[in-house]
Amino acid sequence: MSSAIPATDGRRAAWRVAAVREVVHETPAAVTLVLDVPGWPGHRAGQHVDVRLTAEDGYQAQRSYSIASAPEEPRVALTVERLDDGEVSPYLAEEVRPGDEFELRGPIGGWFTWSARQGGPLLLVAGGSGLVPLMAMLRHRRLARSEAATRLLVSASSPGELLYAGELEAVEAEPGIEVVRTFTRRAPDGWTGFARRVDRAMLEAVAWPPDAAPHVFVCGPSGFVETVAGHLVALRHDPDHVRTERFGATGG
Amino acid sequence: MHDTDLRLDGNAAAGLLAEVFTAEATTALIACAGCGARGAVGTTHVYDRGPGLVVVCPECTQVLMRFTHVRGRLIADLRGVAVFSFPAED
Repeated sequence: MSSAIPATDGRRAAWRVAAVREVVHETPAAVTLVLDVPGWPGHRAGQHVDVRLTAEDGYQAQRSYSIASAPEEPRVALTVERLDDGEVSPYLAEEVRPGDEFELRGPIGGWFTWSARQGGPLLLVAGGSGLVPLMAMLRHRRLARSEAATRLLVSASSPGELLYAGELEAVEAEPGIEVVRTFTRRAPDGWTGFARRVDRAMLEAVAWPPDAAPHVFVCGPSGFVETVAGHLVALRHDPDHVRTERFGATGG
Repeated sequence: MHDTDLRLDGNAAAGLLAEVFTAEATTALIACAGCGARGAVGTTHVYDRGPGLVVVCPECTQVLMRFTHVRGRLIADLRGVAVFSFPAED
């Protein structure tokens, strides 16, 4: 056999035990779980993990969650938004306490990743908890001391539901980064920014021109991603440079 | 609920593909056996709400791959894929 295909770590799909070190309440519906994962092989910004819960009767439920932490950080952090009809997220978002353990495998995926070595410009478009993997990219950018010109467009239903709101203020103080927020249901009093769903005019105002050939990452619910990616391609962004990751409407 | 509400993309199949392939599969290119379209596995459409997981060509909507767990076995039906190509690294 030729060795052209790398014999990558055969344990990549192996399940490991993650221990919760810290639970950070991000919004009323979302928590960040900071984890100790013995044997964690490291990850790239944008990758995700599969989490598997096993009930006492042996029933198993499995879901994917994006990694929120940068590769440079010592612990793996997941941000989980509670979906009320979900099987896994209500447990992770409400019941998990420091010291609890669950199974996890990863990192998973290579398509939806950005490394500081790739440079910029970087255009990140997030709908709701689609911000999580893009936050890993922003954290990686900072910790890798990247100067890649970066724009983040983030859509949230209201300020209280915007993930990482405080950290985003610090992010936008970094040189070379612009953060644009849009609130689709309720904007703060006196808000002069965008207050509607992401549309073509908004993307035209925020996105780099297609000539700048930005690396584009779009993450959010399926309909959001479909709409945003469609507009970007209509605005003549190269489809090969528009990478997307969709969240399911149900299942959490 | 619209079809697109349930649509995921190839990234959602990454964990399962990692059970089958030793190389990272979402960056692999595949050619659809139906229409010949080529693209990264990460750009395909994925549906996981039925029994198993179905990967669909975003161009012609033909089923590329179908994965099902049956009695302790993972069944990978790859008949919709003409070609896989993986980045060769040394």
